[in-house]
Amino acid sequence: MGKKLLLANDHVPGIKGFEVYRANGGYKSVEKAVKTMSPDAVVEEVKKSGLRGRGGAGFPTGMKWSFLAKPEGVARYLVCNADESEPGTFKDRYLMSRIPHILVEGMITSGFALGATAGYIYIRGEYFYIVSILEKAIEEAYANGFLGKNILGSGFNYDLYVHVGAGAYICGEETALLESLEGKRGNPRIKPPFPAIAGLYGCPTVVNNVETIAAVVPIINDGGEAYAAVGIGKSAGTKLISASGHINKPGVYEIEMGITVEDFIYSDEYCGGIKNGKKLKAVVAGGSSVPILPADKILTTPSGEKRLMSYESLADGGFASGTMLGSGGFIVMDETASVVENLHTFARFYHHESCGQCSPCREGTGWMEKILHKILDGHGTVEDIELLWEIQSKIEGNTICPLGDAAAWPVASAIRHFRSEFEEYVKNPNNLKKVRHYDSVNQLVSA
Amino acid sequence: MAKVTIDGKTIEVADGTTILQAARMIGPDVAPPTMCYHSKLKTSGGYCRTCLVEVTKGSEKDPRPMPKLVASCRTNVMDGMEVGNLTSPKVIEARKGVVEFLLLNHPLDCPICDQAGECHLQDLGYEHGSAKTRTDFERRTFEKISLGDKIQLHMTRCILCYRCVKVADQITDNRVHGVLNRGDHSEISTYIENVIDNDFSGNVIDVCPVGALTDKTFRFKSRVWFTKPVCAHRNCDKCSGKVHLWYKGEEVLRVTGRKDQWGEVEEFICNTCRFDKKKTSDWEIDGPAPVNRHSVISANHYQVLKKGSEFKLNDVKPLSITEGEGS
Repeated sequence: MGKKLLLANDHVPGIKGFEVYRANGGYKSVEKAVKTMSPDAVVEEVKKSGLRGRGGAGFPTGMKWSFLAKPEGVARYLVCNADESEPGTFKDRYLMSRIPHILVEGMITSGFALGATAGYIYIRGEYFYIVSILEKAIEEAYANGFLGKNILGSGFNYDLYVHVGAGAYICGEETALLESLEGKRGNPRIKPPFPAIAGLYGCPTVVNNVETIAAVVPIINDGGEAYAAVGIGKSAGTKLISASGHINKPGVYEIEMGITVEDFIYSDEYCGGIKNGKKLKAVVAGGSSVPILPADKILTTPSGEKRLMSYESLADGGFASGTMLGSGGFIVMDETASVVENLHTFARFYHHESCGQCSPCREGTGWMEKILHKILDGHGTVEDIELLWEIQSKIEGNTICPLGDAAAWPVASAIRHFRSEFEEYVKNPNNLKKVRHYDSVNQLVSA
Repeated sequence: MAKVTIDGKTIEVADGTTILQAARMIGPDVAPPTMCYHSKLKTSGGYCRTCLVEVTKGSEKDPRPMPKLVASCRTNVMDGMEVGNLTSPKVIEARKGVVEFLLLNHPLDCPICDQAGECHLQDLGYEHGSAKTRTDFERRTFEKISLGDKIQLHMTRCILCYRCVKVADQITDNRVHGVLNRGDHSEISTYIENVIDNDFSGNVIDVCPVGALTDKTFRFKSRVWFTKPVCAHRNCDKCSGKVHLWYKGEEVLRVTGRKDQWGEVEEFICNTCRFDKKKTSDWEIDGPAPVNRHSVISANHYQVLKKGSEFKLNDVKPLSITEGEGS
């Protein structure tokens, strides 16, 4: 069994409530931080831990915290990004609905470290049923003196609020999230200035993912070095992986970073192998935005070693033969899956979710979806594949926020690794129509 | 002060200047094209991505190049920065892409569009785009919306530059229009089919780079290249009163704010000047308006204002002859 830091007490009955959570060592990090540590010491501990942002980008959290501007007399805010909308990712939902207090505890400890006056949990609208869970947890924390004025007699004042979004993917982008939190249209801001200088209501703000905030709890309890000892190299600690697709045991798994991808897919502790004894075809390793990889490339790195579940190993080989850990949305496809159909679904999603602010993303995402739809309908041409490639290259890197990149990468990687499948779709559309929903595309491609 | 080199040309500018402003100071040869940026509107720019440039050297202190192309209108210069605009193949490629995206759902109905001849998108497509379209999908269309008796909104042509939104925010008391919906369904609209009615509402027409917002008092009266812009002013208690009058013959067909060499309004004017003062006697004429020699409007230059007797056929282009004799 791998080490568990966030979900260690997941099996304890009643862990959702304050009493049980507290009896199992809950809120110790708050006590330790506010009573025995200075805010800077907490930041230092997080830096030592090597914790990296769990929302997708993997930016070192301690460093992000140290960038926070601290002008006199200006409020600072901590915002938790619970707008978990990446297709294939559902780890925050699991964590918040099962152990809400770990997020509340993390928000208090992190808020103390940053000298924040208030914390906000921005949760996506579709998670409405979690709102009441979180609000109850916050109420209990207030009642027990962990929130509000003069927390545990330390003189630290801190309020925590839950804000419900309206269900837009773009509001998971941190500046769009801040706009939305301010009550405006959720459009990403043009950076600079970064939120660390001018964020929520123009005040210095830190935005962190749910899992990142929760990971602060074990870091303060056991020390940054103990956390850094878990995991591998610069990928310290544990990571929640949302496994879905053609596997025997889909679900949320807490893994110690550094286990092999092969182990993760095939061992009984995790995914338990491919469903119905089929063969592995492809994996989207970190949520819909990251490049898709075929079986051989996801299992081994370009140098022939086994690929590991870590930031570095998954990115090994760049985009030519690597991918990203992203937010940990691990989508497995077996040999019957169609990459083109899957890509169309992703493209439709990005088209629907583009905010429309900047032109490459606004127009390009819709164009890609239309072309993919055309190919799936059997009217595609070889030029359409080239055109798709062209469009994604014109979107990538030219947009205000990363949504453009997120829309472009799946298209680029699908064409890069599965071009023959696209060609099959445009050359023999009639064959594919017959088999599309119940047979293997690969068999046709190889035949 | 910061020293910045753009396409090999160096200039020293004040700190806090954007790359675009610095490039404009050097001159039109190195200035990136813009669609959404407007020098008189704060926080404008950054949306259209036509002004993307490549920063090959970040600054003297930190010479690393920037990893992505940056929007020059929203990026400040650093001392020692080196920027590639037309000399960067990456920029040329990206810009071509942006033009293609902007034109993807644009109707290309220039022959019946009032903006033709002074349309920034037309110029952009001509200078930076490719000759062929690569899409045969149906274009996105919208119903025309009337924003009162003076302003016509035709969303189908809009490129969502947000300039009209910024105008309403920054120079009028109350903004009643904005962007509704998301992605490529986004549209500029009032809520719901409201009228934009205030003293400065007409400026949304001037800042619109395409034919999405047009002047109802001028629509379909004349092509702009048949009209002659003249600088004029009057004492106005609401605005500066400095305008361009657009003449066809003796008649003032429309009044607009004066635009600088980048096609951006110099001083915003009030609706009284714009819509109600359409007689020469309302104005004091300052002289012909400067027109870029590349503009189609210059094809109909002031030489035709000469008296018929001083008129030499060989001096003027065919277009002007018709017009000159007609007036």
